[in-house]
Amino acid sequence: MSGPRVEGPVVVIGGGPAGMAAARAAARHGVRVLLVDSGAALGGQYHRQNSLAGRDRFALPPGVGHLPHTVVWALEPVPEGGHRVHLHTGPADGPGRTARSVATRALVLATGAYDRALPFPGWDLPGVYTAGAAQALAKGQGVRVGERVLVAGTGPFLLPVAASLTAAGAGVAGVLEAAEPVTAWLRRPADAVAGWRKSGELAGYGALLARHRIPYRRRTAVVAAHGTDRVEAVTTARLTSGWEIVPGSERRVEADAVCVGFGFVPQVETALAAGCALDGGFVAVDAAQATSVPGVFAAGELTGVGGAGPAAAEGEVAGVAAAKLLGARPAPPAAALRRVRAGRGFAAALARAYPVPDGWRTWLADDTLVCRCEEVPYGELRRAVREREALGVRAVKLVSRAGLGQCQGRVCGPNVACLTGLADAAAFARRPIASPVRLGELAEPPADPEPGT
Amino acid sequence: MRVDGEELVTEAGRTVAGLLLALGRVSWRTTRGGGRPRGVFCGIGVCHDCLVVVNGAADVRACQRLVRDGDDIRSQDGAELPA
Ligand SMILES: Cc1cc2nc3c(=O)[nH]c(=O)nc-3n(C[C@H](O)[C@H](O)[C@H](O)COP(=O)(O)OP(=O)(O)OC[C@H]3O[C@@H](n4cnc5c(N)ncnc54)[C@H](O)[C@@H]3O)c2cc1C
Ligand code: FES
Repeated sequence: MSGPRVEGPVVVIGGGPAGMAAARAAARHGVRVLLVDSGAALGGQYHRQNSLAGRDRFALPPGVGHLPHTVVWALEPVPEGGHRVHLHTGPADGPGRTARSVATRALVLATGAYDRALPFPGWDLPGVYTAGAAQALAKGQGVRVGERVLVAGTGPFLLPVAASLTAAGAGVAGVLEAAEPVTAWLRRPADAVAGWRKSGELAGYGALLARHRIPYRRRTAVVAAHGTDRVEAVTTARLTSGWEIVPGSERRVEADAVCVGFGFVPQVETALAAGCALDGGFVAVDAAQATSVPGVFAAGELTGVGGAGPAAAEGEVAGVAAAKLLGARPAPPAAALRRVRAGRGFAAALARAYPVPDGWRTWLADDTLVCRCEEVPYGELRRAVREREALGVRAVKLVSRAGLGQCQGRVCGPNVACLTGLADAAAFARRPIASPVRLGELAEPPADPEPGT
Repeated sequence: MRVDGEELVTEAGRTVAGLLLALGRVSWRTTRGGGRPRGVFCGIGVCHDCLVVVNGAADVRACQRLVRDGDDIRSQDGAELPA
């Protein structure tokens, strides 16, 4: 590319429901699109394709170039406007991947979210999985994570996880929902309406649980896992509305796996690298999915958690807006905009129905690991704050080492922020490198600066 | 391909984590500090619990890596320095 002028295709980061919809919508309006995704096949978390099946279920229209097995590891604003997106293509974490970079004036971020996991004694034992991991292994690999599995946490996502586990042949010993969802949904009429639209789907899961005699318990959680080298049993307990353990309600249950999920955390590193403002931990967007940074749009779970349908609707709106920025003259995507509005309502109702109150702190013992990577126990974290007065994010990290390990605080960040009373939960998400890079790769110059589309 | 020295044949398209779990293993690395066993936790490349050594390169996320013909996969002990 010559001269300082930044041009090029719309670049979409993420090939889930949001990213695919954005790519299709932009291409429909005649602009070139480059869709970058770390996965081997399109689909993201919801449409996860079974990589053993071979055939690809998704076709993209002409004009969309798809770069699979490709991670965006850094994002750089270009002084003249737009962004330079740095890519590595090749087998995950392998040395010698192909390094490239592409400049764009219209960037769509659709990097999705991952499970929030709360710490509890024994949660670092093999056999404890996130709910999403169990889902990914069942759907993508046909692997069941255990023979006798407990699914625990909060939110409607626990139900499809129990369903997938059952389909993969696992015995599900129970689904434990920490919240009191029915009362929560009914508290506000608007939420009841939003929830009602989904009730058909929920009834389907209810029937499945009944058919397989899987107990569903509210206000209950797995509060400890036991075993030496792997999970052999867990302790379940009833919870108060603030999620403290009801004394005397603890029960020991034999299980070889437990899957936990407490909602989702958006993957905001590329958005933060671009300088996008957040709102409540999610990327803030306007009605056209534009972020606070000109030329950068965001769609899907990155902006709020409402499921695959709303994510795709947001993607379509973002794709149209990106095409418009590059000179297309699209009509407003009225139907998608309506679906986005309904989706936002549902996401807000969902967040209200399944909050994560602070009482889970009382499940922890002094030696419970909070940061799995750096093996920082709760006691250490408390000492960092109480005795060494580590009050800001940097101080907490440096004094306790929490959040400084391989995952860079992705897993412990929100929990450490909550346990140490930090105001800025997203501070842990500010990392210059979005995905692991080998030092040898950093040293090499880009092979082909402009990937074809 | 090989897993911890043992030759085996597997279907194309498996992730290293999917293969190891299908072989009945739940852990294949130890932590740097406490030497604790770890395997899959998040399943989608976020937590870095599932690290494994592939063809001599350490710190490969087993849940993200697809198995290829002739791969040499082995467990990872603590933090391994690049070969
Ligand atoms: C593990 C997991 C499993 C889930 N399974 C289900 C399910 O079965 N049913 C259900 O209803 N909901 C499921 N969900 C909820 C799900 O997040 C949404 O419903 C939906 O998939 C969101 O769509 P999205 O397009 O916003 O993001 P996603 O579908 O998450 O897509 C994001 C994509 O971006 C890619 N990506 C992220 N960062 C980078 C980067 N730096 N470089 C390159 N690519 C990148 C990811 O690999 C991914 O393919 C799951 C969530 C998780 C975390
Ligand atoms: S299991 Fe979390 S990165 Fe592989």
